[in-house]
Amino acid sequence: MLSRTTKAAVGALAVAIALTGCAQSQRDTAPAPAGTAGAGTSDSAAPTDGANPDATFIFGAAGAPKLFDPFYASDGETFRVTRQIYEQLLDFVPGEAKTTAGLAESYEGSEDGLTWTFKIREGVKFHDGTDLDAAAVCANFDRWYNQTGDAQNSAVTYYWNNNFGGFADQADRDSLFESCTTSDDMTAVVKVTRVTSKFPDILAHGAYAIHSPAALEEYDANNVTAQGSGFTYPAYALEHPTGTGAFKFAGYNDANGEVTLERNEDYWGDKAGVAKMVIRSIPDESTRRQELQAGTIHGYDLPNPVDWKALEDDGAKVEIRPAFNILYVGLNATKNEALKDVRVRQALSYAINREQLVQSQLPEGAEPASQFFPKAVSGYNNDLQPYPHDPEKAKSLLAEAGHSDLSIEFWQPTEVTRPYMPDPASIFEAIRSDWEAVGITVNPVAKPWTGGYLDGTEQSEAPAYLLGWTGDYDSADNFIGTFFTQQDNAFATKNYDFANELTEALVAADSEPDAATRDQMVSELNKKIAEEYLPGLPISHSPPAIVVASSVSGLVTSPLAAEDFSTVTINE
Amino acid sequence: MSRYIVRRLLQAVVTLFVLSVLLFAWLRSLPGGPVSALLGERSTPADRAALEAALGLDQPILVQYWRFLERASQGQFGVSTGVLPGRDALEIFLSRFPATIELSFFALTLAILLGVPLGYLAARRRGTFLDTGSVLFSLVGIAVPVFFLAFALKYVFAIQLGLLPPSGRQSVGINATHITGMYVLDGLMTREWDAAWDALRHLILPAVALSSIPFAVILRITRASVLEVLDEDYVRTAQSKGLRAPTIRGRHVLRNALIPVVTTIGLQTGALLAGAVLTERVFTFRGVGHALAYGFETRDYAVLQVLIMMAALVYILVNMVVDIAYAAIDPRVRVR
Repeated sequence: MLSRTTKAAVGALAVAIALTGCAQSQRDTAPAPAGTAGAGTSDSAAPTDGANPDATFIFGAAGAPKLFDPFYASDGETFRVTRQIYEQLLDFVPGEAKTTAGLAESYEGSEDGLTWTFKIREGVKFHDGTDLDAAAVCANFDRWYNQTGDAQNSAVTYYWNNNFGGFADQADRDSLFESCTTSDDMTAVVKVTRVTSKFPDILAHGAYAIHSPAALEEYDANNVTAQGSGFTYPAYALEHPTGTGAFKFAGYNDANGEVTLERNEDYWGDKAGVAKMVIRSIPDESTRRQELQAGTIHGYDLPNPVDWKALEDDGAKVEIRPAFNILYVGLNATKNEALKDVRVRQALSYAINREQLVQSQLPEGAEPASQFFPKAVSGYNNDLQPYPHDPEKAKSLLAEAGHSDLSIEFWQPTEVTRPYMPDPASIFEAIRSDWEAVGITVNPVAKPWTGGYLDGTEQSEAPAYLLGWTGDYDSADNFIGTFFTQQDNAFATKNYDFANELTEALVAADSEPDAATRDQMVSELNKKIAEEYLPGLPISHSPPAIVVASSVSGLVTSPLAAEDFSTVTINE
Repeated sequence: MSRYIVRRLLQAVVTLFVLSVLLFAWLRSLPGGPVSALLGERSTPADRAALEAALGLDQPILVQYWRFLERASQGQFGVSTGVLPGRDALEIFLSRFPATIELSFFALTLAILLGVPLGYLAARRRGTFLDTGSVLFSLVGIAVPVFFLAFALKYVFAIQLGLLPPSGRQSVGINATHITGMYVLDGLMTREWDAAWDALRHLILPAVALSSIPFAVILRITRASVLEVLDEDYVRTAQSKGLRAPTIRGRHVLRNALIPVVTTIGLQTGALLAGAVLTERVFTFRGVGHALAYGFETRDYAVLQVLIMMAALVYILVNMVVDIAYAAIDPRVRVR
């Protein structure tokens, strides 16, 4: 005879089995998302047969988002989440870095490039049920421009400070933004104070997501204050992000490091292919791989290139993004007089065997760099070739400059990997041995990335160092403008005669309204930077990857790592 | 007894104050700062200056420390810049601490349940296979780095055998109610058996990894201590008196041998907290250690200060309890 507890346990087990059975059969018979009814334009992948519309897509991220208001963000993990919740006036073409229509279904600039008219998409609703219209768009512009107090700190509003520079109450800084007015319900007219290559393309960046004005108001969105050791953020940024995207925010569980998003059933476009998306923060790369192997996540970002093959052998799909970055050796003549001679800098460049470095130290798909930005960016100079590996020429240039006995301190970052630099130590060693091969004495200095490396390079302590950049949007200015417009940053171009010439040329190119003329100017400038100025040595572009399980389809990778996960479906 | 406790508490306050001064100065002398940690290659000298001004980091360190004390006296221990920006550092500690208690408790229990009996048996059967085997085993426990052990455990039990989850504290999709923040306990309290079971499964591998060093230390101390006591005159006297073996072992050998073991267990809580930083990080077990590791990466001064101070407080309190526990075990010790 069974005891009472055993009977209870057996009963519970039976119920459990019955329940799982039900869930299973429901899943099997559930209809595929029939055409995923959307209001119109579709550029997303159609759900494949057998896709489970009730599935939860679990993604392993390298870190947790800082908050959920992208206007106050500057890190990739935050934008990864907010990109699903929000949309911008403009968007990136899926799989590319080019911009296209987003919440503005069309837009055009005036002849002088100072007035931009955005036709707002009809029938779009925010997650709180309010409508998107031109007034809502202008409310967002006004919100950005009218930030006050501590919110103006560039540690809080990094992108606005760097792209638009200046707020309404700052008389000493001229902001790029002038005004936003509505000419009818669905037309917003934005005026800017000067012409720049980055406007309006910059509006596709995640930082310029369009929020629901009602939700911003209700949850006190602008209330950022510095309190002793840090900034405090309002409820809006922490718990109530409200956009128009294909996913709605459903909560953040800090104890588990999980952000949960739900399909927005009222989305204006193609609805998300999965019912839920959970983004788990798993900082340790090998743990992300193990989670994928154990089947507890469906994908993760930035798999280590040495694992790509093993992952594919296991049946996972490694999706290699187009490279939208640059790795360079930065040079800084402040502490090494010899570097002021361009022949020395050229010698350093000729001495490096880029081809071999790319072949042996960088992932499949990486390319040697001839200039400071990748091919996909407008203004790329196609005639320019990477410096050939020519040790003899390097030696003779050094001799000519009177520096045959050149000795240089070369900085190596530790405790870091970046998409453009998957294994800093091996890249460092390759360049170091190339330099030593032409008779240069290299004094290596290793410093932790956030423990002195970045500070030291910024403060001109490192004569030669490894650094790079991943583009935010398709603009030459985002690369060379960031590097060389300022004269007292890590490159310290103020040490060279060409400093003003270079700054002026960059500003002139950036403010040229005609795209074709601008591209021509940038292209010529690239040649000059690579051949005559050489404030640093472009090394390579290397593609970062993202990996998903075999059950996942529909993922479109983005060179900007700005993936839209609404096209993802899961077969299970 | 109460006077003793008051005296120990006062000592603790002084210790914590000195620690806070050293910690404050040390953190700010670390190379790098919150801006480069947060912005990476996007940080510029201008960004850094702006942030330092807003947070008062441009002031002399004494001024900074004075302001810190002022705020601390009002119960404000600072706001996080990196771990969970905008949130109060003490709140972060309180929300993360249950996970660490749960993990440390399981790890320590495991270490004691295995270490004490094995150490005792090894001493009793000195020179046998059991003795050399367990000594060797404990050596491995001390020598193998936690991250390697963690990796091996995950590879075998999570990936090859698929028995246990490789990381985290809870499976996605488990809808559990949380009362204490200790997931196993919560599951038992709310009778959500599936949640308790799920949490326990997540706890096993990190607890085993974390227990490896305390287990080895406890085993070796127990063995050495039992061997020493077995040689004592009073044990021989007891034997010649004709006392029964179980009485000798229980009343005379074990009780006396356990005193150094209890001390060791107290000291091991310090090692547990240190080990938790690595273990929690590798297993993405989001407790205090996980926050501490991330706090260092992002140079989150406020969070680091609070977490380290609280860890020190816990360490002091645990060792106070251990001292009091002596009295219960050893009749010669009288606390005043």
